[in-house]
Amino acid sequence: MSRLTRRQFISVMLSASGALLVGVRSSSAAIEPKVPMDLLGEPLTSLGAFVRIERNNRIVIGARGCEIGQGVITSLPMLIAEELDADWTRVRVEQLPYGYEIGPDGPTNRYGAQGAGGSTSIPDGWKDLRQAGATARWLLVEAAAQHWQLPHERLETDAGHVVHPDGTRLPYAELVERAAAILPPTEPVALKKPEQFRIIGKPAKTVDARAIVTGRAVFGIDCYLGGALTAVMLRCPHLDGSVESVDDSETRKIAGVRDVFLIDGPVPGSPLETNLAAGVAVVADNTWAALKGRSALKVVWKPGPWTQESSTSLETQALEALKGEGTVVRRDGDMAAARKAAKRTLEAKYHVPFLAHATMEPPHALVTVEPDRALLIGSLQSPGGASRLIANLTGLAREKIEIRMTRAGGGFGRRLTNDYVAEAVMIAKKAGKPIKLLWTRDDDLRHDFYRPYGVHQLAATLDRKNQLTGFSHLCAATSKVYRVPRDDQESPPGTACLEADDFPAALLPNLDKRFFSLQSGMPRGYWRAPLHTFHAFAVQSFIDEIAHETGQDAVQLRLKLLGAARELDYSGHGGPKFDTGRLAAVLNRCAEAIEWKRKRNDGRGIGIACHFTFGGYTAHAFEVSVDGRDLHIHRAICVVDVGRVVNPLGVDAMMVGGTIDGLSTALNLAITVKDGQVQQSSFGDYAIGRMAQMPHEVEVIIMDSEKEPVGAGEMGIPSVAPALTNAIFAATTVRVRKLPILPELNRLL
Amino acid sequence: MRDAPAKVDPDTSSPASPGSIELTINGELFRHTGAPDMPLLWYLRDVLRLTGSKFGCGVGQCGACTVHVAGKAQRSCLLPVSALAGQSITTIEGIASGDDLHAVQQAWIEEDVPQCGYCQAGQIMATIDLLKRKAQPSDADISQLTNLCRCGTYPRIRKAVKRAAQLMADARAAEAKADDAKANEVKP
Repeated sequence: MSRLTRRQFISVMLSASGALLVGVRSSSAAIEPKVPMDLLGEPLTSLGAFVRIERNNRIVIGARGCEIGQGVITSLPMLIAEELDADWTRVRVEQLPYGYEIGPDGPTNRYGAQGAGGSTSIPDGWKDLRQAGATARWLLVEAAAQHWQLPHERLETDAGHVVHPDGTRLPYAELVERAAAILPPTEPVALKKPEQFRIIGKPAKTVDARAIVTGRAVFGIDCYLGGALTAVMLRCPHLDGSVESVDDSETRKIAGVRDVFLIDGPVPGSPLETNLAAGVAVVADNTWAALKGRSALKVVWKPGPWTQESSTSLETQALEALKGEGTVVRRDGDMAAARKAAKRTLEAKYHVPFLAHATMEPPHALVTVEPDRALLIGSLQSPGGASRLIANLTGLAREKIEIRMTRAGGGFGRRLTNDYVAEAVMIAKKAGKPIKLLWTRDDDLRHDFYRPYGVHQLAATLDRKNQLTGFSHLCAATSKVYRVPRDDQESPPGTACLEADDFPAALLPNLDKRFFSLQSGMPRGYWRAPLHTFHAFAVQSFIDEIAHETGQDAVQLRLKLLGAARELDYSGHGGPKFDTGRLAAVLNRCAEAIEWKRKRNDGRGIGIACHFTFGGYTAHAFEVSVDGRDLHIHRAICVVDVGRVVNPLGVDAMMVGGTIDGLSTALNLAITVKDGQVQQSSFGDYAIGRMAQMPHEVEVIIMDSEKEPVGAGEMGIPSVAPALTNAIFAATTVRVRKLPILPELNRLL
Repeated sequence: MRDAPAKVDPDTSSPASPGSIELTINGELFRHTGAPDMPLLWYLRDVLRLTGSKFGCGVGQCGACTVHVAGKAQRSCLLPVSALAGQSITTIEGIASGDDLHAVQQAWIEEDVPQCGYCQAGQIMATIDLLKRKAQPSDADISQLTNLCRCGTYPRIRKAVKRAAQLMADARAAEAKADDAKANEVKP
């Protein structure tokens, strides 16, 4: 009996015998994220790419972003709903697919910017999604104007209705067919004034929370396609190693295993544009068969060129490199002269480890590759990157590649690279079947684009009056610019490791910032708030050390450096300006909240730090005590200024989450290398913080602001680690200069 | 329910094959005829398409796969189906009664707990178990929850656990009151 007939037979048999419905739960059942009907397919009720109005006056709004936990499935539709004047409680949100298409002027994306990176979703949406909502509203008002034969200007809108001057209310649903036939205005429509906002700035809960708490929210890993086989890979544990030989005889004996084959790794030295490592793919009927098949493989690996690489050798290399000249990132005045003239020079080195992203949902991709089309369903951060990659690997035109994004179980930058998509495509091509590729946790920790490793050497020159005269920040790190695609090779030195205009640049006469590139075989990538996580740790720790050494107040020293409120040039992402006044304001507010001036004599210490990231300003303060070897965090405060707030509940979530992520990472996490292999492979040795370790509450204070809104996904992290080590110093007089904190604190205590 | 024929894995051979394993999931009886060592998590996900229980580590460290076996929270990635013959299992999909959410689910929504949402089914299953043992959990009790959350929702989870405990206490009080009223009614 063929598979299909047998399945039909079982189906019929069970229904005939009066059993519960079958078919719903057959293992051929596909779970595919819905493609919104359209938004694309119902021209009579769709107003542009994002809005559909149903007959019962329910408004459906398309969410274009990649939802990785940062809340864009809620906040971006809020922008549209505001200008549309929808009743938010009656809005239903649907995830949009990737919108690549060939328009009249060539390739375009019908939905605009869809990737999730650099905290740009909100500022991007602020520019175009409000206009999309306003245009849809304009069309509805125009339809009502025609219906009532009144001038457009005399009509108003309120909560999904157009309102006649006499108070008569016409639901949008009754106008949408006429509105859809009207040509949209050629000029941009006027947007609301902030005082007219009814949705923006009001707390909104996650739109699909009910699906999440009932287990019905669909993540990439939850998707299945009929006929797809499950694949897992055993990847070479040696950096840039390869497969010497494979014995798959035991694997092939396992019921459900369909095929075993080699997947080549990238050519050593070439850009890391496809997959990360060579290995052996096991393709099977289900996950368990694939995993058992993988455990039964006997593979002899050929180590790559990095067998000498270890975390110890990297540290030696960094310390040696720092004695050299390096590459200038920014130089103001004459730091050498400042050193000669100085009454005193302070110096300290700060060590930051590699980090893995460890998204709760490990990398996963579900792909179909056919001669004339391809389909990718997955948890993504860069659907555009995935589309280009699939086109390169298959030779298909990009408009023939369909990409459906699901809710993603975390991103943190891991999904900005689509190496796992490339793997799935490579396996699908070899298997000749749709492939559901699963990474296990050990795969994920051992093969990643890691947050760069580095040693930061900071120096400050002081005159007779203990005034700062010069500041030097030398960073020896495994550059982020490593085996990048050709078009990224022109990146300036220190990219993603040392920010030229970061505090205290331009605030002192003499500044020396240099970068020293380390040799390493570790793939590197963007990890939430990329360079700011280690940049802020080094700078904000060192400022505290200067304050202590010179007998100054750590808050006052920062305020003095920041000086009068003004805008400084800032060339990095989040510029073009850095407002010293806004950073001073969050710092002051944070100091007030932690009662900075109150003396503690109960063994508790407080620490503070502040940082500018991607257009946002954040300060953190912690109150801690160390009891024996146990660190207790009694209070955690986070003050943030992200300009005008779209969803206060969402910004609060990002600050609570960023603070906890920052603590968990700073306290516990490091990826280390030995003999050219990553050593961590589970949550046992890469111990994400648990409830018991974390403060019970993070007190979040959101500054009122009328500045342009920026995102909030990343600025909640950078000032966490230095505020915490500063607090530990205040409580214990022990200065932790090496992350992660807990092993170092235990060594020093 | 026991009288109804068990559903079988549609992809495996005859329903009557020896060594098949019967287990009850969310009140329905199922018969597993595939690999007996298949962990419950993969049986739920790959075979039954109950995908609310998540894969996070496969070795019982993260708790994303937490389900209830005989009412107790267990990590389903470590439980072979063969060890569950005759057992009754509840997954996140079986917690609500129809459209009525469980108090813990309700509290999760009210406190807007989820960020990426991936670990939350496991967190909810672990919390329901905790609240069975400790109806009014202290902060120390809540700290015993060991499920990992990579997004850092712990402070909101803590609030939601307390809110759920309150919702459940209120419901019990209302029920007791209703019972009293009923008892009074029948008195002569």
